[in-house]
Amino acid sequence: MSNVIVIAEQKDGSLNRASWESIAAAQLLGGPVTVVVPGTGVGAIATILAAADVAEVVALEHEALSVYTPDGFVQALAPVIAAAAPALVIAAHTYQARDFVPALAARLDRALVTDAIGARLENGRVVFTRQMFQGKVNADVVLEGPTPHVATFQIGAFRGDAVKKGASPAPVRTASASVDPAKIRQRPEPPFREAKQAVDLTQAERIVSVGRGIKGADHIPLAQQLATALDAELAASRPICDAGWVPMERQIGSSGQTVAPKLYLALGISGAIQHVVGMKGARTIVAVNKDADAPIFEVADYGIVGDLFEIVPAIIAALGR
Amino acid sequence: MKIAVCIKQVVTREWQVRIDEAKTWVRDRDASWELNEPDAYALEEALRVKEKHGGEVIAVSAGPARVSQVIREALARGADRAIHVEGDALATADAWTTADALAAAIKDEHVDLVLTGLQSDDQGFAQVGVVLAERLGIAHSTIIMEVQIDSSTDAKQRLRVKRELEGGWFQWIAMPLPAVLTIQSGINQLRYATLKGIMAAKKKEVRVVPAPAAPPTRQRITSIHIPEKSKQTRVIGGSPAEAAKELVRVLRDEARVIS
Repeated sequence: MSNVIVIAEQKDGSLNRASWESIAAAQLLGGPVTVVVPGTGVGAIATILAAADVAEVVALEHEALSVYTPDGFVQALAPVIAAAAPALVIAAHTYQARDFVPALAARLDRALVTDAIGARLENGRVVFTRQMFQGKVNADVVLEGPTPHVATFQIGAFRGDAVKKGASPAPVRTASASVDPAKIRQRPEPPFREAKQAVDLTQAERIVSVGRGIKGADHIPLAQQLATALDAELAASRPICDAGWVPMERQIGSSGQTVAPKLYLALGISGAIQHVVGMKGARTIVAVNKDADAPIFEVADYGIVGDLFEIVPAIIAALGR
Repeated sequence: MKIAVCIKQVVTREWQVRIDEAKTWVRDRDASWELNEPDAYALEEALRVKEKHGGEVIAVSAGPARVSQVIREALARGADRAIHVEGDALATADAWTTADALAAAIKDEHVDLVLTGLQSDDQGFAQVGVVLAERLGIAHSTIIMEVQIDSSTDAKQRLRVKRELEGGWFQWIAMPLPAVLTIQSGINQLRYATLKGIMAAKKKEVRVVPAPAAPPTRQRITSIHIPEKSKQTRVIGGSPAEAAKELVRVLRDEARVIS
């Protein structure tokens, strides 16, 4: 078995839950597993992570890492990984990982696979699976060239609660990162939320969601009519919000809200990955789409293949409202 | 401001995927093609920066001969000139190879800004922009929703970008120029080519350069397949009225998600 490094993610003392998913992946694919947490004052986070059945947790500390920057994180992690020479480095495919992991892999000149939805060991090598063409096909992928290889996993590809816990806490140590603050080119300001956060779709029991199939702003009232008839909230995929047809705060997907309602009714939504990650946890998913091959039907419990402009009025009528 | 925009040609969104005989790629010989949408947002942003601050927008694309389609589209929308890094193997190249090809084309241009979409709609690596920054030795930031350039201060302080974070959060980041930014969709409203633009595009320079020797492949597809369905989808057939009635019945009586 060859060793694996997991890069855990935290912000302001709060551990990103996806880090547990990374540990679950690492436990499946190799061992021993070392978890590295870059930051400032992350000892407490390291202690939490030490509950997992891993060889060691390292708090990789430097003043300059108190706020995330890609330059700071690449500077800190590259020498640590090079020195440890693991077979594999794993991180969750978060916004932060998208910002620095390709730079880290390029700095190390090592192969990288991103946004993998699974991985397995086959004939002594790791075969990763990733989605292509907006989820229409899956590809099995292998990485070539010298190790370490680097991989980011899609949120939910592994289950955080599948992490094997250790019989006793793993050793935790603090390491001093080698960072030259003068070489950090990004100067981030404090994060903020845009003013309107009025709608918390995570609390809705039923959601009617529209995608490109709705074709225009003037058809939104039809979808709203169905939502009202179902006592549901209206939501949309990103392109509909980009176009301004539905407000941004009603966006479902990787850049919007993630919901798990009792009922999710997807109208004219193709089922591109960026949207599906935000709703695949819904208890009952209904998809209406004129394309029988649309990836949305892979996650739907019930599907109607047809013209939503005929079907939606029919559903409203059938509801008797 | 000299701005390079890296654009990719991808199969159209509606294209029906067919897997090739070897099962390592798709049969796209007869596919319809278009400009990768995130790159369209990057191009639009570049044109707006140029309109505000003056300068030049150079469209850059790495791919086989057919990518001239998206290059012409970029020129028609307002890019001033273009560079086509041509090579058949670039159609299926991994992110390293693509980034190297783009870097070779851009590095001698000494640009102030490189914009590209945050990822492509076909392979969706979300790597090329960041690796390109590393190859060019310049700063980067990703998933950008707004670009501000302050012409008055010195180069180290001139760029300020709004980066999208998870869950509706954002963050402004100050950076020096030159820089690479990967652009998020919805940053702006796209313009489309006018007839005037299409005509003007015919006179604009497109420099074709051969693809550099590719680095060793780092990521290889061993097989492609249609995803196996893990869920049993019940397709409700019949006329719209019949399907609607049955749907309401199952939601009420079986799934019990409506009253």
